[in-house]
Amino acid sequence: MSLSRPLSMAHFDMAIPHAATSIKQMKEAGTKVVGHYCVMAPQELILAAGAVPMALCATKEEPIADGEKALPRNFCPLIKSSYGFAITDKCPFFLYSDLVMGETTCDGKKKMFELMSQCKPMVVMNLPPSYEREADKAYWLTEVERTKAVLEEQFNVTITEEAIVEATKVLNAERRLVQSLAKTMQADPVPLSGLDLLKVLWSRNFVFDRAEFAAQVEELIAELEERIQKGEGALPKGAKRIIVTGVPTGLGAEKVLRLLEESGAAIVYIENCAGMKQFLTEVDESKEPLQGVADKYLATPCSCMSPNKTRLELLAQLVDEYNADGVVDITWQGCHTYNVESRILREYLQEKKGTPFLHIETDYSQGDSEQLKTRIQAFLEMIA
Amino acid sequence: MSTQQSWTIGIDAGSTAIKIALYNGQDFFCGQRPSGWSPRQEAQEMLDKAVKEQVAAPSEAEKTIKAIYATGYGRVSLHFANKAMTEIACHGKGAAYLAKEALALEKSLIIDIGGQDAKGIVINNQGRVLDFVMNDKCAAGTGRFLQVTAQALGLEVTDLSTIAEEGTDRAHPINAMCTVFAESEVIGLLHKGISRQAIVAGLHQSIARRVVAMVARLLPREESPILFTGGVSCNQSIAKAIEAELQRPVIVPSQATYAGAIGAALYAWEDQKGDSRT
Repeated sequence: MSLSRPLSMAHFDMAIPHAATSIKQMKEAGTKVVGHYCVMAPQELILAAGAVPMALCATKEEPIADGEKALPRNFCPLIKSSYGFAITDKCPFFLYSDLVMGETTCDGKKKMFELMSQCKPMVVMNLPPSYEREADKAYWLTEVERTKAVLEEQFNVTITEEAIVEATKVLNAERRLVQSLAKTMQADPVPLSGLDLLKVLWSRNFVFDRAEFAAQVEELIAELEERIQKGEGALPKGAKRIIVTGVPTGLGAEKVLRLLEESGAAIVYIENCAGMKQFLTEVDESKEPLQGVADKYLATPCSCMSPNKTRLELLAQLVDEYNADGVVDITWQGCHTYNVESRILREYLQEKKGTPFLHIETDYSQGDSEQLKTRIQAFLEMIA
Repeated sequence: MSTQQSWTIGIDAGSTAIKIALYNGQDFFCGQRPSGWSPRQEAQEMLDKAVKEQVAAPSEAEKTIKAIYATGYGRVSLHFANKAMTEIACHGKGAAYLAKEALALEKSLIIDIGGQDAKGIVINNQGRVLDFVMNDKCAAGTGRFLQVTAQALGLEVTDLSTIAEEGTDRAHPINAMCTVFAESEVIGLLHKGISRQAIVAGLHQSIARRVVAMVARLLPREESPILFTGGVSCNQSIAKAIEAELQRPVIVPSQATYAGAIGAALYAWEDQKGDSRT
């Protein structure tokens, strides 16, 4: 058996470089752009407004020093990176955004968005504290309605129910497609490396034509299924199977994933916001269109919700489905909700499954790589 | 030494000292030297010397030495080693061997404080790691921390234990755990006229408090043993401070410094036994 990389990955290698050049042309052709940061951002509304949703840069270390000019140093790197990119115009997607959409997933972001609103028109959606209570669901619907009104006013359009239904169908189909991509990782050996899976999911934000992205993913899935048939893998058969969870780990912030694979582990699932979190559930098409959209996004199992039982139950289920040997939970320094939830998750998995669990708290710098390598290798030795 | 014997060797290339353990299936021969500026060269010299003294003439070494396993900070740089393993796995194994009488119970906790790292490791009675914690990237509460503060006090790190004993009853609390801030705090206290004995005793208590907080999640049942290993375990005053903080007895095995090297040699031995060619 030879270890190799699927040929279809070529599409995804080029996604970000292509996006950086095509966005200027799109803007010149009059396309309206809405930048967003979080998987809580209801992209159906952006599409229904005739605009293009674009993920904004937040996962590189480079602009953190600029971010720290205005923000406390002990903030999480994701917030400092987002803000640093925004004020330096180093992120083309921020530069070309007509409107920026933010969600108050933590106090740090909430206050950072106040500063950010000085450089761009923004709509900040205030999240309720839970996805369980009826009052919170009703309140969130008003936030989604308000956001719809802001989009309509900003772009001088009317967002029709039909347009929301249409956008929902497109994005639901994409969610199902990405779920079937993830399922290929149940094979041993894994047909795709975890870093490549991350690259595909991350590229989703940089291929602006939804049909084009769907075609690329379909081609990749076909190739992966062929590889599974032939027993070809990206990592050796029998490699320790790890589920990664916790904070977003987009390209630029994939340090821990890289160290895991360099140490010989196979990352079989990425549960976080850079990974599968946004693709897991669909909008219920039988509901009122706006209600369906609101319900799907609010149900996101983010640690900003209290309690957040869905994430615990989901991980226990993923451990079975993906035949995982261990769970690695990543927290950015200063991310209090994921940091505390790590303990809750560890105890839950311990009780339900006895799953080996490693919590890693780090930031975007490489300063702790050697130390992390030791901990990761020790974890893999432990589950050997 | 009989040249017919088989040997395995474990080398623990730590940040401060390199430890070597030679094993013939029955006895261990251990030695250490400072890591110096070229740990790889130091380790090579140490290995050559140990082989010559304990095992055989260099010409026969190849036949009798079945495997060399490396661990510790420098494990990857030791090109002559057959395998590199983490210090967490090796300390677990080594500590289980050193305290085998104490490990009749299912689970034990090892507190290991080395030159740069502090760790808590839960092992079963075979020395297999079940869970672990490790300090973050800074050197708070480790051997390096002790070295820096000893220097500020005009002491050798090896003097600390005795000095602390003299100050236990009037230990002065040290608040800073960042190595640099602690150095400033210690200097400030000296200027205020606080005795070195009281400062060192306070320093040891603060290290004990920190390490106990770190391993709190891993603490085993009341009757399970707690072992203390690594270079800092030579400091009896810290061992006592940890006992006081835990309110439980702590075992410091006689060769606690060598736990990592011994564990590496044991892993090498087990892997050799499992290999039908030998």
